[in-house]
Formats: sequence, structure tokens, C-alpha cells
Amino acid sequence: MSVIHFVLLISRQGKVRLTKWYSTYSKKERTKVIRELSGVILTRGPKLCNFVEWRGLKVVYKRYASLYFCMCIDPDGNELEILEIIHHYVEVLDRYFGSVCELDLIYNFHKAYYILDEILISGEFQEPSKRSIVRSVAAQDSLVETAKEQTGSISNILAQAAK
Amino acid sequence: MEQLRTFGRELAMGSQGGFYQSKEFLDLVKSIGEARSKAEEDRIVVNEIDTLKRRIAEPDIPKRKMKEYIIRLVYIEMLGHDASFGYIHAVKMTHDDSLLVKRTGYLAVTLFLNEEHDLIILIVNTIQKDLKSDNYLVVCAALNAVCKLINEETIPAVLPQVVELLAHPKEAVRKKAIMALHCFYQKSPSSVSHLISNFRKRLCDNDPGVMGATLCPLFDLITRDVNSYKDLVISFVSILKQVTERRLSKAYDYHQMPAPFIQIKLLKILALLGSGDKQASENMYTVVGDVFRKCDFSSNIGNAVLYECICCVSSIYPNPKLLDSAADIISRFLKSDSHNLKYMGIDALGRLIKISPEIAEQHQLAVIDCLEDPDDTLKRKTFELLYKMTKSTNVEVIVDRMIDYMISINDNHYKTEIASRCVELAEQFAPSNQWFIQAMNKVFEHTGDLVNIKVAHNLMRLIAEGFGEDDDNADSKLRSSAVESYLRILGEPKLPSGFLQVICWVLGEYGTADGMFCASDITGKLCDVAEAYSSDDTVKAYAVTALMKIYAFEIAAGREVDMLTECQSLMEELLASHSTDLQQRAYELQGVIGLDAHAVEFIMPSDASCEDIEVDKDLSFLDGYIQEAIEKGAQPYIPESERPGVLNMGNFRNQDHHESSHGLRFEAYELPKPAVQPRIPRALLPSTEIVPVPEPVYPRETYQTPVTPIPSNPSDAGSAELKLRLDGVQKKWGRPTYTPETSTSNSTSQKTVNGAAQVDGPSTVNSTRETYASRKLQVEISHEKQKLAASLFGGSSKPEKRPATGHKVSKASSHMLEKSHVPNSSMEVASEKTAPAQTPPDLLDLGEPTSTSTAPSLDPFKQLEVLLDATQDASAANSATSASRSPDVMALYADTPVGIHNKDEADLLSGMSNMSGATARPQPTKGSSKGPNPKDSLEKDSLVRQMGVKPSSQNPNLFKDLLG
Repeated sequence: MSVIHFVLLISRQGKVRLTKWYSTYSKKERTKVIRELSGVILTRGPKLCNFVEWRGLKVVYKRYASLYFCMCIDPDGNELEILEIIHHYVEVLDRYFGSVCELDLIYNFHKAYYILDEILISGEFQEPSKRSIVRSVAAQDSLVETAKEQTGSISNILAQAAK
Repeated sequence: MEQLRTFGRELAMGSQGGFYQSKEFLDLVKSIGEARSKAEEDRIVVNEIDTLKRRIAEPDIPKRKMKEYIIRLVYIEMLGHDASFGYIHAVKMTHDDSLLVKRTGYLAVTLFLNEEHDLIILIVNTIQKDLKSDNYLVVCAALNAVCKLINEETIPAVLPQVVELLAHPKEAVRKKAIMALHCFYQKSPSSVSHLISNFRKRLCDNDPGVMGATLCPLFDLITRDVNSYKDLVISFVSILKQVTERRLSKAYDYHQMPAPFIQIKLLKILALLGSGDKQASENMYTVVGDVFRKCDFSSNIGNAVLYECICCVSSIYPNPKLLDSAADIISRFLKSDSHNLKYMGIDALGRLIKISPEIAEQHQLAVIDCLEDPDDTLKRKTFELLYKMTKSTNVEVIVDRMIDYMISINDNHYKTEIASRCVELAEQFAPSNQWFIQAMNKVFEHTGDLVNIKVAHNLMRLIAEGFGEDDDNADSKLRSSAVESYLRILGEPKLPSGFLQVICWVLGEYGTADGMFCASDITGKLCDVAEAYSSDDTVKAYAVTALMKIYAFEIAAGREVDMLTECQSLMEELLASHSTDLQQRAYELQGVIGLDAHAVEFIMPSDASCEDIEVDKDLSFLDGYIQEAIEKGAQPYIPESERPGVLNMGNFRNQDHHESSHGLRFEAYELPKPAVQPRIPRALLPSTEIVPVPEPVYPRETYQTPVTPIPSNPSDAGSAELKLRLDGVQKKWGRPTYTPETSTSNSTSQKTVNGAAQVDGPSTVNSTRETYASRKLQVEISHEKQKLAASLFGGSSKPEKRPATGHKVSKASSHMLEKSHVPNSSMEVASEKTAPAQTPPDLLDLGEPTSTSTAPSLDPFKQLEVLLDATQDASAANSATSASRSPDVMALYADTPVGIHNKDEADLLSGMSNMSGATARPQPTKGSSKGPNPKDSLEKDSLVRQMGVKPSSQNPNLFKDLLG
């Protein structure tokens, strides 16, 4: 149904960094999909297409440093567009985290989910304006801040992190 | 050091107002990051699950702690483990008042649950409440959950609120409400059918984001029903016009393109609306032309829009000018060095050749290049194009190529697909029967049971019916060549079941038809098949039936049947087989052999598989037998409706009806009277209204059986009236064994005849053949191959566009690629093994190279905002920064153990920058990966000589074959 069936972030070592399923896949299928796709994508050379035909669908992937961003679409989708959606996502992540790196995503995968939720709803790309996404996520964060009982002073954070 | 860095990151996150985690969680993530094997990772996760199970059940957990637990659950699920024990806690979390906690809860449930999950019902109430919240962020979070979790049943519960939110002052909310409605529409169109006008209304929303979101549902709606939306063509065109004229806010620019994603969606919609509609299309020409003109070729997003334009142009009513522009773009794509663009070019070409087939010609070389490319994705796309281009003149080259490729791959899914395409093309365009059989043989041999069994049946039908030409001679030639090739193929060690079935059937039907082979040859082979594939009952059954046919034909021809000893032992084995089907067939074979020539000819006429079998439903041929039986004193058959038993039942029922109409009865029911008694009212009651109830009827029926012409229950013949119900039961049991036998005893030949008769294949084959009347049948295959070889191997005099390609070289280059890759991965392994601390540096600072390498295209973050007008300078600056920073990258890698690894890495990165930078830097690397090295060219030369082709003569025939 949806334009994008799922989004996967896999590290070069094949470790899963983020998964979001817009079409229904059982847990078993999910594991299988990840295993199969990382087998296909991680072994592809650098100069080849960023697309892979897979089980009648297409997977568009792009490597950013050690992370592979993959999105699975229907065979009649526009691959270049999906490539740009991935890029857009990365740009927003970059803007949000301030030159994002894999570590940001590892420890803050839930943030990555929140941002993805602003970009894709049920598999449809929905917000082309970077600024408004970052603004919206930031608004949620700041509201979250004020809602918190202890406002995040540096000392608090330090104490928290050292615990 | 690394820890400090991690810590620094964490601090930075904290100061951003983000969520920070306890040491425990950081440790978990870290240890999983460092896990060296999947098993180790699993062990850590299982431990974590245990801990969480314990902790999460504790009473009075502070909210912040609980939130972290939930996030840890998400992490566990993400790694593919089951965290269902905690789902309920995530659900509970959505009920919380604080947005902070609620948001986490919603995130977790949308990731954990799907719309069928039982827990959904516990969230609906919360969602309802949250949709009414005055904090738009709460509403947004709830809408996100609505899209994922609300199913058909629960749509009505939230629908009113969602519709209300369409008019919310915040555009983010409106947008999500639209998407939620879209989800409802996808899940259950009828539930929102009365609200569809809302989508049209929102198309005029002031906010471009909301308008863009509306395009998703509208696209869906238009896909399903184009005609109701023709009136919107003008609106869509004007929106697209405004977008291309940069009337939208700058915020929607993406890489200097005005709202490209909205442009793409609009083009998709226009393609639907203009398809086959001249009037609607005419409204679009100008604006699509504008998009073509204004697109930026150098950026990826520009190319994405251009590709969509081509799709649109090839879908709407053709316009020569636009087609020209599309052709221009396609050739630009195909000439590009980027594989991505080549791929898109091939795809676009496939779309455009439907309208203007001549366009393919100018791109022959590029297409061949892509076909030879080591990149599988590109290759497959090219095969798809060839599939669309196939005609009777080039079918041989294309199908042969497809088969070769099919043999070389392991991916079963694609193998099946390409095999069915081969079959389809071969059936449609086959230039000669012999070629067809050969092609099919290859397909079957190599894909076997992946191919749909229908294809096998089709093949049998084609061989049986011939090619629809009224030329018996050609048909029998086709069959002989099939038989001949099958006898040869049977020598191969392992053949797929479906193919063996075809072989057995054809051998049985036509093995001895042309007199080339004698019965003992064929039967010997068939016995071998049955023996070699003794575990496959279906194949065995086919083989036995084939044996029976061969023997029957022999007997009918008046020849002495001399059963081979191996055949006899096979029969003995099968007569005692556990499979009743095989047993049956064996007995039939035995029976047939005992008959005289006349009878055999009658039951097994030769070459009669295509004849219609007339079924005498009245079984009139039994009339004489019945007459005889009646004369001997048997009772005549009474049709079911006239039988007394039925009337009995009817009688009871009628009585019941009659009495019930008087009102309620309070006394107990009467005991059913014995069956004989109520015979009396027989004449009084009309039998037509009665529904016969089968079971009590049985005794009567069996009682009559001596006369019934139904052969299925002869065993009941003698049964007496006393064993009433038992008989009925017995018959029920008997049915499954008896009836199949009677049906199978009609022999498989009938079965296949039925199968063949159903398919109206020949007519379709005919029609397509007529339309492609210009086919050239007489081209011999070997000649064709030579030509192909010549054009592949002899093209050295051509410009380097086609760098001395051919199998040999392309394979060699792919080997080289592989080789260059293998050390890479082994390096990775090695480095992973030698340096346990490998992950942290990897995690930490590879981020830096990304931003440098992707800088040319993605930069706008920092620099571009400052350098808005001087983009040229900016890109120059970018390349400068990337150059100046690259040593930095190397320095970062300096502490990894292997030097080559670094190089490799740097290479990959530069490759990346090329990809993202699109055409920014021309690539001189082609020669290095593909270029002819001396050894290759020597090999090639010798091969060419072997093939007997002059290397100097270039032969353009391949292209004519492919594209002419």
C-alpha cells in the first residue's frame, strides 16, 4: 500500500541501527529480510547502482560513512526520488544532531525515530521543508524539557551521566 | 579516550535538551556494539531481557526509569528479539499526562504493535482523548499513532476527531490529519467514502506542506477512478506551474530546486490523468515542457524530477516536442558515468519505446554496454528493456541471452521471473519449432521446479497441438525433434520433476510415432526414469502411463509385445505400491496388455490427445445390459425423487409444519415411525416441494443397486435392507477410494487433454503471429550465434565506447572487482579481530568523512546559507575543504592496523563523493576497472580465432537483431 515498505539502517558490519516497518511483516520475516538484504547490500561494490531488485520489490540504499540507509519501495517507484528522501533524512539528522555520526544514532535511536516520523507517515514522504521538521522536533524537545520536573542544568546532566 | 569522547557526545546531547540514559543502558549499547558474533549479541540481549522482565514488574518505578526501560525494549525489538512481555507497559505509558512520557509510549507502541494486535483496543480511548488535546504536539503524537494502529474496526472511534482536525490552525496537525484519513482510506475505503471531498478542499490549503500531503491520497483516489478527477487537471497544472516559477516559500527549496518532491507527485498524478486523454493532456504540455527546461541536470534531485517527467510524457497523450525532450534526457542518462542514471535511462527507454520505438536505435551501444555491465541491477533492468523490445526478429538473441544469464544466477526469485519471461517470449515469437523446443528444454533443465507447472502443461499442449498451422508434417517434425532431444536429455543426472513429467508424457505419446525409435528403446528409458526418480510418485505415474501407451500402440499396430525384464520388475514393484494411484496405473497397464488389438486401439488410440472426448452422461451404452438384467428379474431403477424413503421424510416434515401452524406444542415429540409405515400417504403429497434429506435415503438406494448403472457402489449390491445405516456409512468411506479410481482410470491422457482443451492458447498464438507477420523464420541459430559472437568479439575497431567487451572480458573485470572486494572484506574481518576496540573509532569519527565527502551536494547547512548567491564559489570552496580535510581522514585511520585497509576506505569514500556529487567530477576510472589488460586481450584473441571470426570485421548485426 504505502510507497515505502520499510526503512533500515545497517552498519557496515551488518548491525541493525534502526528499523521501521510500514508494511506488515512478522518478526520472523523481519529477521529474514534484514539478513537477506544486508547480505546483498553490504557486499555491493562502491560504483554500482544504489538500487537492488529484491523479491519483486526494489531497495534503494545509500552509504553514509559506515552506515547504510535502505528504503524498500514498489517496483514502479522513482528510485532517484527515494535516494533524495534518504539524503533529506540524513540532512535533517545532521542539522538536528549537529554533524551527525553513527554514535548519535546508536545512543539516540529514538530521536532518529521521531525525526523519521516527521518525514514519513505510513510510508509516504510528507515534509519537504527541512526547517519545519527541525523546528517541530525541537518544539517537542523543548516542551519536553519544560515538562520535566528537573530542568536540564549542566550539573544535573553531569550527575546523571556519571551515575 | 573513547569513553571521554562518548561522554562528550552525551553531554552535547544533554545540552540539546535531548534524552539521556543511565550508565546501564549505555553499557548495554556499547557491549552490543562490541559483540563479535551474532551469538554473543544474542546472549547479551537475552540477559538484558531477563533483567528488564524483572525490573519492569517492580512496583512504583519512577517515570523516567520506566521511560528508559521502554526505550530499551524498543532497542531489543529492533535487534530482532521478542519484547512482547513489555508491550502492556508501553501501552500504559501512552496514558501518561506528561508529553515527555506519552511521546515515548506512542513511539514504542507504533513500533511494537501492528493494527491487528489485541492491545490496540486499550489505546483507542487514549488516542481519542489526545486528539482533543489543546497542545498540538500531543495531537501530533496521537495522529502518528492513528496512522499506524487504527484498524478497520476502530476507525469509527476516531474518525470524527480526525476530520475536525483537518481545520486545525497548526499546519503540522492538518497535514497529519490528512495522512491519517489517507490511511483510513487505504484500510477501508468505504469508511471514509463520504469524506473524500475533504481531500479536494485541502488541496487549496494555504500551507504548501498540507497541499503536498493531500497529493498522496489524491494519487490513490485517482489511480482507482481516473474519470471522477478530470476536473482537477487544471488545478494540478496551475500548482505545478506555480511551483516551477518558485512561488513557494524558500523553505521548500531542496538543493536549489523548488519543492521537487511536490513536483514529482504532481507529475505522477498528471501522468494518470492524461493517460489516453488527449484533451486533458493538451492542458499539461506547456507546464511539463517548463519542468523539462527548468530542471537542473547536475543534481540528483533534478534528475529525479526529469525522470518523472519522462514517465509522465510517456503516459499522457503523445506530444512530439515533449517526446523529443524526453529522448534527449534519456540519452543524457545513458551517456552518464553514474550507474544510477544509466539505470534510470534504461528504465525510461523502456517506457518511451512503447510510443516511439525508433528511439531505441540510437542507444544500441549504450544498451549493450549495460547488458554487459558487471552490476546485476543494471543488467536485470536491461533484460527488462529487452523483454519489452522483443520481436520475432530478435527473439532468439534475447532469449538465449536471458537463458545464459538465468543459468548464471542463484537468486531463485529472479530465476523464476526470468524463466517465465523466457517461456512467454518463446511461446509468442518462436521462429521455429526446433528452436522453441530447445529453448524450453534449457529453461526447464536449469530452473526446473521453480517454473510454474502450468508452463509444463502448456509445453505438452504445444507439442500435442503443434503450432496452430495446418501442417501435419511440421507438427510431426516438431514431435520427433522433441522426442529426440528428450532422449538425449534423459542422460543428464538430475532433472527437475516438472520437466520429467513433460518428457515422460511426450515419450509415451510420440516416442514411437515416427518409427525412429523402437518400443524397447523408449520403454527402457522410461523404466530408467522411474527407477532413478523412485521417490517422486508423480514422475513414476507419468512414466507408467507412458509405458502403457507405448505398449498399447504396439499391440494396436499388431506387433508382439515383449516386456523388458526391468519393466516387469518395475511393474511387480508398483503392483504392491503404497500409492494407490501407482497401483491403479500398474493394474491398468497389466489389463491393457492382456487385451486384443481391436480393444486396445479403441481405448488407447494413437495421437488422440487433442481429440475431444465425448462423455455420454446418460450412460446409454449400458441400456442393453440393464434390459438384460431386468429380464432376468431385477427391479427397475427408480429416480431419487420418486423413491418412497424420500416421501417418508417429506411426510414427517409436512406433518410438522402442519401441526406447528396451530401454535405451540407442549407435549413431547412423537417417536419417528418405522420407515415402512408411512408409505401410505405417498400419493397424497406433492413431491416437488420436498427437500430430500440424503442419509435415510441410502438404504433404499442400495436396495435398488443391482439395477443402477452407477458403477461406484457395486460392493453394496448384495446388501440387505437390515444393515441400513451401516451401509450409508460404508458408502461414505468408500467414496474417496472409489471415485478417484474411476476418474483416474480414464488415464492421464484424458487429463492432459482436458488441461489442453481449457487453454485457448492456440488462438492467442495465432493472433500475435499474424500481427508480427514480418518475422524471418529462416535464420539459423548457429549462424545467429556466430553473428552475435562476431559482434561481441570482433568489435575492437570500434571506438572505446564499447571497451572490447564480450563474456570473457566482462567476466574478467567482474572477477577483478570481486578480487578487489575480497581482500577488502577479509581486511575488515582481520581488523575486527585484531582490534577489539575497532568499533568505537568507527562509530566516532567516520561521521566526519561523511560530511566532507558529501559536502559538494549536501552542504547548505552552514556554508550555503551564507553564500546563497555565490553557489559556484561555494562548491569550489567545498572541494577545497574536502581536499584539505582529507588528510585529516587519513590521520583518523592511522591507528587502524592495516595500511591497505585505509586506502580501500579512502577509495570507498571518494567513490561515495562521486556518487553524491553526481556529475560534478568526470571519472577517468573506467579504464582501470574495465580496461583491456594484455592477458585478457590475448585470451580474447584466441577465443575469437576459435570461433572462426575475423577480429577485424565488425558486425553490427547484433544491434540490428536487438533493436532493428
